[in-house]
Amino acid sequence: MQRIVLLAITLAVTALMGSSLAAPVNYKTPDEVAAFKPGPNLEVVQGNCSACHSSDYVATQPPMKDKRAFWQAEVTKMIKVYGAPIDDADVGKIVDYLTATY
Amino acid sequence: MFDRRDLLKGAGLAAMAATLNSTKALALDTVTLPFANGERPLVKYPQKRPMIGLTSRPPQLETPFAVFNDGPITPNNAFFVRYHLSDLPYDLNPDKFTLEVKGNVDKPLKLSLKDIRKMKATEIVAVNQCSGNSRGFFEPRVAGGQLANGAMGCARWRGVPLKNVLEMAGVHSGARQVTFNGMDGPVNDKTPDFIKALDIDHATDGEVMLAYGMNGEDLPFLNGFPLRLIVPGYFGTYWVKHLNEITVIDDVYDGFWMKSAYRIPDTPNNAVEPGTAPKATIPINRFTIRSFITSVPDGAKLKAGAVTLRGIAFDGGKGIKQVEVSTDGGKTWVGAKLGKDLGKYAFREWKLPVKLAAGSHELKVRATGNGGETQPDMPRWNPAGYLRNVVETIRVSVA
Repeated sequence: MQRIVLLAITLAVTALMGSSLAAPVNYKTPDEVAAFKPGPNLEVVQGNCSACHSSDYVATQPPMKDKRAFWQAEVTKMIKVYGAPIDDADVGKIVDYLTATY
Repeated sequence: MFDRRDLLKGAGLAAMAATLNSTKALALDTVTLPFANGERPLVKYPQKRPMIGLTSRPPQLETPFAVFNDGPITPNNAFFVRYHLSDLPYDLNPDKFTLEVKGNVDKPLKLSLKDIRKMKATEIVAVNQCSGNSRGFFEPRVAGGQLANGAMGCARWRGVPLKNVLEMAGVHSGARQVTFNGMDGPVNDKTPDFIKALDIDHATDGEVMLAYGMNGEDLPFLNGFPLRLIVPGYFGTYWVKHLNEITVIDDVYDGFWMKSAYRIPDTPNNAVEPGTAPKATIPINRFTIRSFITSVPDGAKLKAGAVTLRGIAFDGGKGIKQVEVSTDGGKTWVGAKLGKDLGKYAFREWKLPVKLAAGSHELKVRATGNGGETQPDMPRWNPAGYLRNVVETIRVSVA
């Protein structure tokens, strides 16, 4: 019952979107359905990568000749450039997963 | 039941409602963009028609290309969406929204949306295009958002010239740049916030605008509601969304998104040998000139005889002088008739009646700007996958 009420409220708020001003926007994105594919160290990847972005960031990258070098560079960029707090011990596991899975 | 995003937002019950609400929201259909690993879901977001989903958190949506055949103005509900960082101001209250203007100014300002709407408004029709538009076509491929040609759009923007707001604040002499920050930001403190900078002369040129209106409506939330920067002729990276902080500085801004990201080779045509790195780079700036056939998709089967080809062209602000079309793979070219001029920053429509005999044809389109620049026959390359403007080719079979 409570869920149905909440759902009704959510839908009502969504319907009001676009009428602008006077109320907080309360914008609702669709639920995130993309998920990391099964593979070795999946839980390490979920735990580290999902904090900042959805899995489709990974899934839509182009097929590269040297997958390991590509994914190593991406993981390094996430740490060095974007400050991802990834433990040193997890870096290799994440690169292994990405190389084997995408 | 809860995904990590919901946990991060700490939005327990609301998240559950959202989950229930949106089970049907995705998975409308899929599309396949014409490059390897180009399968994408068609997704439906509030205020948007079904769009090509690139990523869901942060949301990135590409415009289905057929939309560009409907006219030179891209509807708000079809306009592309690009974010960098996942903490969006989903609950922002427009009545409490404040734009702060500070730094090297006489009188720092805090302006409400009402204050800004009371100022004398101007309008401009201008193309916004993502720096990485068409990145998926780069060969060799490069990392980043793998977009086809739909991360662009043209709208009539309404707002106030940035120049007028900066004059109200009184810019100190010696100011060199102005930085722009929006309400969206990183989920992790260590991720650099998305802040962009323009030189002071550019910021005060009278064309750069603070826009609240788009095609006669408020900006859609995902296009920067309630206020965004409009930088006519410049790539979308500068068009900061949910803009609430403007800072005048007496230096060149050295934040990540200017100093390290969104850089192009400092070489002729800003290109390098494919697969190599440039020695020196500069910040990305104006659009390269482009043109598209919109009336016929690649791979189309057409009936032999007369057909009118249509499309659009645009450039970085000189305006389109000429559009030429080839139906024989680039051997011969014929000038197309240009459509209404909506301004030098707008999509310029073109059309050309042609006769196609039975067989396979390569249709090509090439624009020339008022400054004489045109499109290359072979694609240029840079490591970030920016600036694509090769002459586009549509292959059709005619029977």
